Formats: sequence, structure tokens, C-alpha cells
Amino acid sequence: MKVLIYAEQQDGQLKKSAFEAVSFAVQTWAPHGVQDFTVVMGGRVSEQDAAGLGNYGATLVLMPEDGSLDAFEPHVHSAVLLDALQKSGADLLVMAHTYAGKSLAPRLAVSWQATLAAAVNHPPEVQQDGSWTVQRTVYSNKGLATYQVSGDRRILSFTPNALKPVLQGAPCPVQPLSTLAGAGASRTHRLEVQKVQGKIPLTEAERVISGGRGLKGPENWHLIEGLADACAAATACSKPVSDMHWRSHDEHVGQTGITIKPDLYIAVGISGAIQHLAGVSSSKTIVAINTDPEAPFFKVADYGVVGDALEVLPRLTEAIRRSAGS
Amino acid sequence: MNILVCLSQVPDTTTKIAFSADNKSLNKTGVQYIINPYDELALTKALELNEATGGGTVTVIHVGGADAEPVLRKALAIGADQAVRIEAEPLDSRQVAAELAAYIQGQSYDLVLTGRESIDYNSGLVGGMLSQYLDWPLVNVATSIDPAGQAGVLAVSRDMDGGREKVEVSLPAVITCQKELTEPRIPNMRGIMAARSKPLQVVSPQGIGPDLSLLSHALPPARQSCRYFEADQMDALVEALRQQAKVL
Repeated sequence: MKVLIYAEQQDGQLKKSAFEAVSFAVQTWAPHGVQDFTVVMGGRVSEQDAAGLGNYGATLVLMPEDGSLDAFEPHVHSAVLLDALQKSGADLLVMAHTYAGKSLAPRLAVSWQATLAAAVNHPPEVQQDGSWTVQRTVYSNKGLATYQVSGDRRILSFTPNALKPVLQGAPCPVQPLSTLAGAGASRTHRLEVQKVQGKIPLTEAERVISGGRGLKGPENWHLIEGLADACAAATACSKPVSDMHWRSHDEHVGQTGITIKPDLYIAVGISGAIQHLAGVSSSKTIVAINTDPEAPFFKVADYGVVGDALEVLPRLTEAIRRSAGS
Repeated sequence: MNILVCLSQVPDTTTKIAFSADNKSLNKTGVQYIINPYDELALTKALELNEATGGGTVTVIHVGGADAEPVLRKALAIGADQAVRIEAEPLDSRQVAAELAAYIQGQSYDLVLTGRESIDYNSGLVGGMLSQYLDWPLVNVATSIDPAGQAGVLAVSRDMDGGREKVEVSLPAVITCQKELTEPRIPNMRGIMAARSKPLQVVSPQGIGPDLSLLSHALPPARQSCRYFEADQMDALVEALRQQAKVL
């Protein structure tokens, strides 16, 4: 069996999902005797960074020969990946279920005629006959589904934060990857890019501080940002908050917003409607802060504080800063 | 433009999820079905685009059984001109995309819109697969869609990892729709009356099978009970997050 891994970069830097993708593949299939873990870089990074993926078990990194993959474009990236899959004789492609992965995996499932297991939560159980058992959340985290996945060619995309990358190995060789001179680029044309600066991307964040109506107004959001800053967390909000335009919609977590599974989720002034809980209930540890002791959030929280957000937030932020300083 | 909007029906967002005795399917007792919220945005945007550019048709399409017809009638009441239902039990994204592609290849649509994902299976794959079957460009997770000033081109903003970007895309294309694109429309009485006589065509499937084999469903494991702290015990809470939960 031969595994190809798609690794993402942004502005020439490896993304967190790149390390997770390598580690996911190596941790799952090295115990089953797979020795060849080739990484296809989705855009150029430094030779040293690319070789460093070997520290997580990659055996070869293919680096684009020119800049045509540096900005993400589903057409171009899927065409180049298909070419790499066919040339390498791989029978498995592993990638993260990020925005990029959500565009690439379905296109490749069709063009490479592969079975796609998408948004998988844990490394699959590999059965005697080579088939996998995979689990993923359904009904927006309100349920789980287990599937059997078989086929000569397979693609697996995993949810960000599904596992912690583990160091095992040494820097590996880096070779050029043919980019087919930008196949199919002409049908979309990039006009402008707005990057989120200086903020931790919500879907990648290991810690998330989220505010609801209990914050009483957008002018109090500095308290959420202060706590987020103290514990290197991303910020998020509930649906009413984005509906009232206190915060932009891309911070809305919940059933019709973004689904996240950080290590720590602190819900401040959010009652815990079923739609909100659906989006966050896979978080490892949940802290709820709410004035209402009957708030549904306390039923799923590991830790609770019954109190006013405006009073509790500064105290918690101070306590974290004290603890970090000691 | 002639626009096709792919709709799925999903349990209402307030639904408490329970599974059947064999854990193979959803327990549908008491479940209210709605148009998948992202698909509803796609439908509204299709109507807005044709209103702005003055012409064309909006067709809604669904892969599934006759139980979805109330949802299709609602789409007609909101303003779609016609509905198509492909008579197949939807089992995975690949099967749905392949059935849709086979239908679309015999028609002449300028644009296919669908939601960025359905809120039941959350895979978000049908749009991407469809674009590859049709060999059309894909713009995933669009937050705005506007005419670009020249015929056959749309200006689209899309969410991406770490930000947002604006692209121009040549038609025909597949675009998947995200919140913020527009607000859903509530059908009025005239729309509801008109929907009764709009065409709803049932099409035979190609008989394409799914790739994945569902073994079982389960409910997420129950969480342990909550440990409470007073507002003046924040040092103790931080200690618990560090030492017990190990998340700080």
C-alpha cells in the first residue's frame, strides 16, 4: 500500500493541518506495515520546513516546481493532485477536512474514482480484509455514524484537531512536483484576498472563548478578547450575537454556523440552545459561565460558574494571568 | 440565467436526535422536516440573481422519496418556477451527486447552486463532486454572489482557511452557499396558491449505488456532571483546568 498526504500551506508557512495530516497517516498505517508516506505540498514552503515533515514520519515531500499552487484554487490543486496520485501509484490519499480539503476531496473522489470517507473523527480501525471502520459526527454533533469503507482507491479527510502530531522520524528528502503549468486556472480569476490578521483561526484553535447575549452588547467584547488573549484562544459567538451584528457571522459556532472541537471551550453568557450545543459539544472540556443556574449549558459543561459575565470574565482573566506568571 | 438549486430536506434544527431500534436510521417520530437552511439561502439567491438580471428560470431539484414533496412545494411557494424529484433513496454524497450530474447533463443550466452542507450529514461534498462530474468550476462556501458586469461571469466572495477572497467565475459553474449570502424569504399567500399548480416532475434514477456502507448510528457519549465554582474562586477554576482537565 502506498499513501499520499496532502499538506496545506499559507503564505509559505506550513499549516497546523499539514502536521496533523502526516501524523494521522503515519500513526494509522505505519503499524500495518506501510513504509512509504509521500507528502504533496499544496504550494511552496522552505526546503527546510518541507524536509521537517519527515520528523513526523513523512518519507518524501514533493514540492511544487513553480508558484501555481501557492494560492488555493480547487481546479488547479485537484488536477495536480490527480496527476501525482496516478504517477506515484498511490492507493490512499489523506488530507484535512478544512475549507481546502472540503473542495479538493469531493473533486478527487470523482476524478480518481475513489471511495471518500470525509470528516472522520478518529484514525480508522483497519480490518483484516483491508477495509476500514470510520466514525464521524452526524446531525451536527447530535449523533455519530460508523461506516465501513472499502475500495482499491480511497480518500480520507479528517476533522482538524482529531489528533495530536507525534514526533517520530528524521528530516526526509524533498523532490520537485510537476504542476502541469496551472491546469484549468482560467475559469476563475482572483480579484482580492482578505486575510484575518493576528487572530487564531477558529477551526484550528485548541482553545475557544465564546460570547452570547449575556455580554449585553458589542462594547463589552474586549472582556472576551482579553480572556482569549490570556490563554491564546480564538474568539467565537452564539447565533443571536451574529444575527444582531455584534460580531461577524464567521465567528458564529453552532448547528448553522461553524462546528468546532477544541480542547477547551469557554461559553460566556450563552444559555445553550440545542442548536448551539450541537456545534460545540465535541469539545474536550467545556466551561459555562451564566447568570441562570438552570441554563442548559450547565448540563453539558465540565465546569460551571453561576454569575454575571461582566463580573466573572475579568476575574478569570486575572487568575489565568497570575497562574501563567507564577 | 437558468439556475438549478439542489435542495435536501433535513430535520428542523430544534430536533432531539434519536435513532431507530437497529440504529440504522433516524427515528422519524415527531420529526419536522424543513428545507436545509443553506439550500434555502441558495434558492433565495437564485431568485435575487434573476430579478437583478431580468430573466431566466429557477428550478429546484431533490434526490429522494415522495415524502419530500411538501418541502419542494414550499420551495415553489417561495418562488421557484418548477421542481424536479429524482426518485431514489439518498444514501451517500457520491450517489446524490452522480444522480444530479446525470440529470443536469441532459439540460442546459447556466448555474447550479446548493448549500455548503446539509445539517443532517454535514459532509459538504455534493457541490464539489457535482462540479467534477460536470467539469465545471467550483466556488465553495460563497458569502456573496453578484453579476460581474459582463455576461456569463459572476463575482463571488468565498470563505477560505484564514480569511475570505473574491473571485470571478465563468459560467456554467457550481457554487455552494454560506450564511451571510442573503436572508431566507417567507412564502406569501399568493406564492402558496401559485405553488399548487407549478410543475413537479418525478424523474427515474440512474440506479447509481453508494460508496459507503453504514454500519450503525449512536448518540454521543454522555458528559460527566458539572463542577461548580463561585465567582470569587477563579484561581481554583484555573487550577482545575490546568491540573485536572490539562487544557491550559
